Amino acid sequence: MTRALALLALIAAMLAVPVAAQDQLPPAPYAYRQLEDPAQEQKAQDLMETLRCLKCQSQSIADSDASMAGDMRNQVRLRIKAGEEPEAIRAWLVERYGEYVSYKPELTTLTWPLFAAPLVLLLLALLLLRKRFIRRLPEGEE
Amino acid sequence: MSGTEKKPGKRWAIWLPLVLFGVFFVLVMNGLVRPANRDIESAMVGKMLPEFTLPAGVDERPGLATDDFRQGEVRLLNVFASWCVPCAAEAPQLDELARAGVPIDGVAIRDRTQDIARFLARYGNPFATIGKDDISEVQLGIGSSGVPETFVIDGTGTIRYQHIGPIMERDVQIILSEVKKAQTPL
Amino acid sequence: MIAEAGLALLWFAAALALLQLFASVMTLVGGQSEAEMGGVVRPAAIMQGPLVALSFLMLMWLFIRTDLSVLLVASNSHSAKPFIFKLAGTWGNHEGSMLLWVTVMAMSGSLVALVERRLPERTMIATLAAQAFVSLGFYAFLLFSSNPFERLATPVPEGNGLNPLLQDIGLAFHPPTLYIGYVGLSVAFSFAVGALLTREVGPAFARAMRPWVLGSWIFLTIGITAGSYWAYYELGWGGWWFWDPVENASLMPWLAATALLHSASVLASRDALRTWTIMLGVVAFSMSMVGTFLVRSGILTSVHAFAVDPERGSFILALLAIYIGGALALFGARASTVNEGKQFSLVSREAGLVFNNVALSAILGIVLLGTLYPLLTEAFDTKVSVGPPYFNPVGAIFALPMIVVMAIGPLLRWRRDSFDRIAKVLILPAVLTAGVIVGAVVLAPGIGLLPLLGLALSIGLGIASLLPLLGRNLLRTPLATWGMVLGHFGLAVALFGMASESAFSTERLVAAEIGDTVEVGPWSIELVGIDPVAGPNWTALEANINARYEGGDPISLHPQSRNFTQPPMTTSESALSTRWNGQLYAVVGEEGLDGRWQLRLWWKPFVPLIWIGGLIVALGGALALLGRLLGDMRKAHQVRRIAQRREDNPLHGAAPEPAE
Repeated sequence: MTRALALLALIAAMLAVPVAAQDQLPPAPYAYRQLEDPAQEQKAQDLMETLRCLKCQSQSIADSDASMAGDMRNQVRLRIKAGEEPEAIRAWLVERYGEYVSYKPELTTLTWPLFAAPLVLLLLALLLLRKRFIRRLPEGEE
Repeated sequence: MSGTEKKPGKRWAIWLPLVLFGVFFVLVMNGLVRPANRDIESAMVGKMLPEFTLPAGVDERPGLATDDFRQGEVRLLNVFASWCVPCAAEAPQLDELARAGVPIDGVAIRDRTQDIARFLARYGNPFATIGKDDISEVQLGIGSSGVPETFVIDGTGTIRYQHIGPIMERDVQIILSEVKKAQTPL
Repeated sequence: MIAEAGLALLWFAAALALLQLFASVMTLVGGQSEAEMGGVVRPAAIMQGPLVALSFLMLMWLFIRTDLSVLLVASNSHSAKPFIFKLAGTWGNHEGSMLLWVTVMAMSGSLVALVERRLPERTMIATLAAQAFVSLGFYAFLLFSSNPFERLATPVPEGNGLNPLLQDIGLAFHPPTLYIGYVGLSVAFSFAVGALLTREVGPAFARAMRPWVLGSWIFLTIGITAGSYWAYYELGWGGWWFWDPVENASLMPWLAATALLHSASVLASRDALRTWTIMLGVVAFSMSMVGTFLVRSGILTSVHAFAVDPERGSFILALLAIYIGGALALFGARASTVNEGKQFSLVSREAGLVFNNVALSAILGIVLLGTLYPLLTEAFDTKVSVGPPYFNPVGAIFALPMIVVMAIGPLLRWRRDSFDRIAKVLILPAVLTAGVIVGAVVLAPGIGLLPLLGLALSIGLGIASLLPLLGRNLLRTPLATWGMVLGHFGLAVALFGMASESAFSTERLVAAEIGDTVEVGPWSIELVGIDPVAGPNWTALEANINARYEGGDPISLHPQSRNFTQPPMTTSESALSTRWNGQLYAVVGEEGLDGRWQLRLWWKPFVPLIWIGGLIVALGGALALLGRLLGDMRKAHQVRRIAQRREDNPLHGAAPEPAE
């Protein structure tokens, strides 16, 4: 029984090989092209490194060859070129895909513990270590 | 020497690691029991379609623009591509929806005219209009993260419902009821 | 027959682990004398290592022969794969890598039973009981839910092949080193549990545990360094760390082991931080197990994931609950009866090490929280992503002060010291740090705050880390001191590489025609041609690039766009040119409709220092380990000599103990 199941799994795995699900279109204009202005390109690059590729497992759109990531890069560069601020573009994407699309968590009612954590850890350390230290060692110790 | 030995105390702190592990356990247990929904839902449901105009994807159907969705009629917006295998799988269900009288508009993602034509010839053409979206502009605009996806748009151009992945037989009724719901404006 | 024999060996080893557990528990609680049952414990532990290793070799043999009647081989290998990837493919899948895990675990169990004779026998038996208990869980996992030797009813004609991204020499190095590190920590875990059971926590315990922690830590360091470099050149975008869940899963045990290493040295030298060291001993291996769980359960999405199965996830989660939950409960019940040990002044070597421990633990907490947070919000039906914009600055809150303390701490004396004594030697690194900050702000005003602080502190730390050698006879400096100096220096080197990569990298994306020349940083790159090439199981389009550094002699580079057929997949094989001051990174993409080729080029100043630094850190660890082992051997020799003398002169029974 187990073997039959295993064989089925194997066949399924063979079938699951992606059937060339790849589009034939050339990449969008700014998917693999940098902006002419280096300062703008830097802004775009910094932003793209913090946006999540929605088709990939866990990659930013700046590190992905997925065509949708290319289209998102194109979108980001075009908007930067048109003078939009990076954070406005991030907000535009978050409006469409939710917080998931941004690797930079915003402070919300659901994410505040992330930002409170360093403080809590610091306080915890102080609390635990309070009595570990001594101001003065008694004379003649050791 | 024993003068500086610290006496045991602060028992609560000793249990802190176990408590934290308990929290971790509950968290991942929950994650295992209800496996995370891998779909990325659009945050645009309930909002207006963005402005767009797409050229025709094939000769025998017109392209589409946002205005086409503001004519007081509930329509389906189907994001598809000829290179997408599940899109072929949902073709019969799209046909069924079209026969039920729901107008369907297609947005072909990163596709070539000849490929779309071949795809339609093979799997049928339930679409009223087909727009060609070469840079995923509309897809990004409506918060769609893959193909195929189907959106129910009400008569004012508001996105009312999103279906992610191919429409299977069991989904047809759900979509029809969402279409019905969308007939009463928000 | 080989598959069946391999499986039989595993069952046999599991039975021995059961015997080991039974005998040691009987000895500990059953009132059995140590001579009766205790005598079984060590041999049972020692035999498991070779048995499981043999089983692992058999799986390797099946992969080398591409035995397609074995399910695992059929689903993960292919007859046309180059030999090295058949070999390394043994652990390029879930079952094989779990067998590697169990092999390392059994081997460390054997080794510890074989060589560790310093601890009281009762504590040793408790330690081996813990080791057997943990091993049993992983044997069960392997045998019941991840059997690597499963046969197919009918052999298939050809295998499925290995993920092309894994078909790289990195697969031969990264997983084995990482696993030795991960699982080596199980020994520290068992020591901690054993010490809690017998309540024998003191310098002797720390000294016995330290080499094991150090050994695992060295391999972890190498494994993470190798993994980072592998991802850097293989994924084709020049990124070397993305705070991906799988990357974090390997970093967390390293952070815990680093903290443990330092607190164990306080315990060994000064008999302080007893409970804390015990807890870290439990936490370090717990982090290995948590990491394995996160990677294999598919509960988090990762770019590096290779074996995702929720059912196996439940099995590992059950193991986590038993081992981590059990050990932490034992810790809660017993730790309050363990004395904390001695106190110390706020300015002292101990205080520096405590600060380091706090910072490392805090970073560990941040990484764990950030990694798990998406899971937490998922429970509230919201998806969030936590990535570099969170981990970098929040981690830096603790990492930057830690680096400052790293520079100062090793110069301080144990117990109590004053800053006045060491202020003079610290002037140079302090001035240089400030100088770099000012210089960078003036010369390169665009660079971010974190890279700026990273650059400055790496210079300061790099110099300060060498100061403990000041005024010493270098030949007589203990190896352990050399190890510490190198370890800290290596971290400064790596930090410099990271900050420099982040601050000074330049990127060019172009569509180039044959014959075009492109500038990137100080390099000019000429695309000479594109040629088809064929490998053993792939075909590729290979770019022929002439790269000139500041107009010098051309260096020929050959990035490829590779097409694998088994399984079908296209990968970008980057081409690198390394100089003393950085690395050129070239990738060739697709051909456009206009006949131009996509080129992606990066000039990354000093980026190799990241991994060179990592290796220096590991080398420092190796020196420290060597120093400790030599010291232990010398002491053992001394003890033997004294015992010998006692035997020779039974009247002089009161021979002095060897000095510590």
